[in-house]
Amino acid sequence: MHAADAFAKTKAEGRAALVGYLPAGYPTLADSIKAVDIMIDHGADMIELGLPYSDPVMDGPAIQKAADQALAGGFRTRQVFEVTEAVAGRVPILVMTYWNLVERYGVDRFARDFAAAGGAGLITPDLIPDEAGEWIEASDAYGLDRVFLVAPSSTEERIVSTVAACRGFVYAQSVMGVTGARAATSAVAPALVERTRRHTDLPIGVGLGVRSGDQAAEIGAYGDAVIVGSAIVNCYLDAPDIPTGHQRLAELTADLAEGVRR
Amino acid sequence: MPNPDASGHWGEFGGRFVPEALIAALDELEAAHTAALADPAFTAELEQLGREYGNLPSPLYFAERLSEEAGVEVWLKREDLNHTGAHKIRNVLGQALLTKRMGKRRIIAETGAGQHGVASATAAAYFGLECTVYMGEEDTRRQALNVARMRLLGAEVVPVTTGSRTLKDAMNEALREWVASVDHTHYLIGSVGGPAPFPQLVRDYCRGIGDEARAQFLERTGALPDVVAACVGGGSNAMGIFTAFLEDESVKLFGFEAGGDGYDTGRHAATITAGQIGVLHGARTFVLQDEDGQTIESHSISAGLDYPGVGPEHAHLAATGRAVYEPVDDAEAMAALEKLARTEGIICAIESAHGLAGALRLAKGLKAGSRVLVNLSGRGDKDMGNVVEYFGFAGAPEKSGE
Ligand SMILES: Cc1ncc(COP(=O)(O)O)c(C=O)c1O
Repeated sequence: MHAADAFAKTKAEGRAALVGYLPAGYPTLADSIKAVDIMIDHGADMIELGLPYSDPVMDGPAIQKAADQALAGGFRTRQVFEVTEAVAGRVPILVMTYWNLVERYGVDRFARDFAAAGGAGLITPDLIPDEAGEWIEASDAYGLDRVFLVAPSSTEERIVSTVAACRGFVYAQSVMGVTGARAATSAVAPALVERTRRHTDLPIGVGLGVRSGDQAAEIGAYGDAVIVGSAIVNCYLDAPDIPTGHQRLAELTADLAEGVRR
Repeated sequence: MPNPDASGHWGEFGGRFVPEALIAALDELEAAHTAALADPAFTAELEQLGREYGNLPSPLYFAERLSEEAGVEVWLKREDLNHTGAHKIRNVLGQALLTKRMGKRRIIAETGAGQHGVASATAAAYFGLECTVYMGEEDTRRQALNVARMRLLGAEVVPVTTGSRTLKDAMNEALREWVASVDHTHYLIGSVGGPAPFPQLVRDYCRGIGDEARAQFLERTGALPDVVAACVGGGSNAMGIFTAFLEDESVKLFGFEAGGDGYDTGRHAATITAGQIGVLHGARTFVLQDEDGQTIESHSISAGLDYPGVGPEHAHLAATGRAVYEPVDDAEAMAALEKLARTEGIICAIESAHGLAGALRLAKGLKAGSRVLVNLSGRGDKDMGNVVEYFGFAGAPEKSGE
């Protein structure tokens, strides 16, 4: 299953896709599997599993904390394949990861094991196509999606070269800043999506900062996918216990899913 | 050899492993730096600033009594006499002048012990730039005096409470902040690490150390040194002195990394000796990392060397064999620091003592009369608290620093 399968469905329904992000191994290994199932049950069209990393320079406090907690709980890279295998089949499962973890595991080996687990592809926030030779080869060899980011500061030239290297969709980083739920969505995001669309037919996902159904509806009006991360993590960070977190995640996902269907 | 390829790689090392959001700023920085170095007005202003404000060029000093004990000629490049007490003033003056030239009004910096933070705050005060320094919370407590210096100089010091709360986390935080403020803010990085063009840029501003030393050495001795030695944290003082000698095949280059409690204890910062190739803070280089690629915390008595990565050009020099890197543990460094104090009346930084200790170890295997040039990258005032604690000097104030 690949990102294209989810977009075929949402396009037919005339709406944006809802993509839920959660670090694998958070709040625990078993509960991260459960959380993914909850998101899918309540309307997520695609899942991004984060790979916890010691030095996540793209992430704000919420995701940092969750990743730290997963690592403190003993999370190992190979367990992301376990989680993928457990949840794959219903919707496309992508992994969002800082590059050193893949490089250390072995780029080809990672692609092989992830594809074998039923994974759809990788989103690589600190890998630009210019440095991605080995990953481009491996993703071709194992038929994996390859999602690179464009940003408000990207030049026209870089948007062109970045979308050319993408497969599955393009990730539009909607604000100049790290991940984190924000009260207001970005004013520059629509312009970035429009600039990107001029150069590709690939779907464009918009991420960073979404936390409500209203915001999801707003972004779904111009983006092809609404990507939600910190707000999902916050369901657990702020909850007194994990079952409450699951409960809050169900409610949040339902609200977001309703938003993309407006 | 000196310059990386067009995409910022030395061999397989270097490059740009950062969010796309920063690429435009890195391109702008690279273009501005290249243009600045080609502009005689810029280089003249920087040279004058170094001379009148930074106390450059630093002297080359023949350490006679130390040489007698070592059995080789020991020559010291006295970066400890620079304004703010270390080679770091060269980097910050260059980058701050470049910041002005780019029309940006603010700098941010990361710092471990606070030396780079103090240097950055100094340059910001000189140029009238806003300055924010990210510093691990742990370090703000251990280095309260440097925090006070930065504040006195008008900088804002932000304690970093994420991750291990040390230098690497301060660097993460600076990168995060930079993404959000890149339109008006320059990230004044403290060493020869980070994404291209930083490693080359910082080296270019520090290379005066070696350019001066090479000319001074030729003038004083009529020959080149046999060995050039420096300590290596991120690697700016070492690249600063190595660069002028890279093409001199007869000159052996040695970098000394922090061996901490002892290389075999696993508690050290010997990144090239013990690390594996990976990606950290925007560059491919050697990294202290576990089996999964998670960064391992480094350890050293010297805060300035206590970093689990290293500049990519050093990784390349190590891989090609042009330079040799060896660990020096805490005890060996502190012994060299004491020896220098007692033979020459010079109290150097603990970082620099690692370079000196490595050179003295090396001297035992050299022909009598060999000439060894050591980069004395900084002075030891900032380290007196550690010195008191380490040597157990009775009657000394408990927390001295200056
Ligand atoms: C005096 C001195 N020397 C050396 C270093 C290490 O940095 P680098 O390896 O970049 O020269 C520091 C860092 O704080 C320092 O203060």
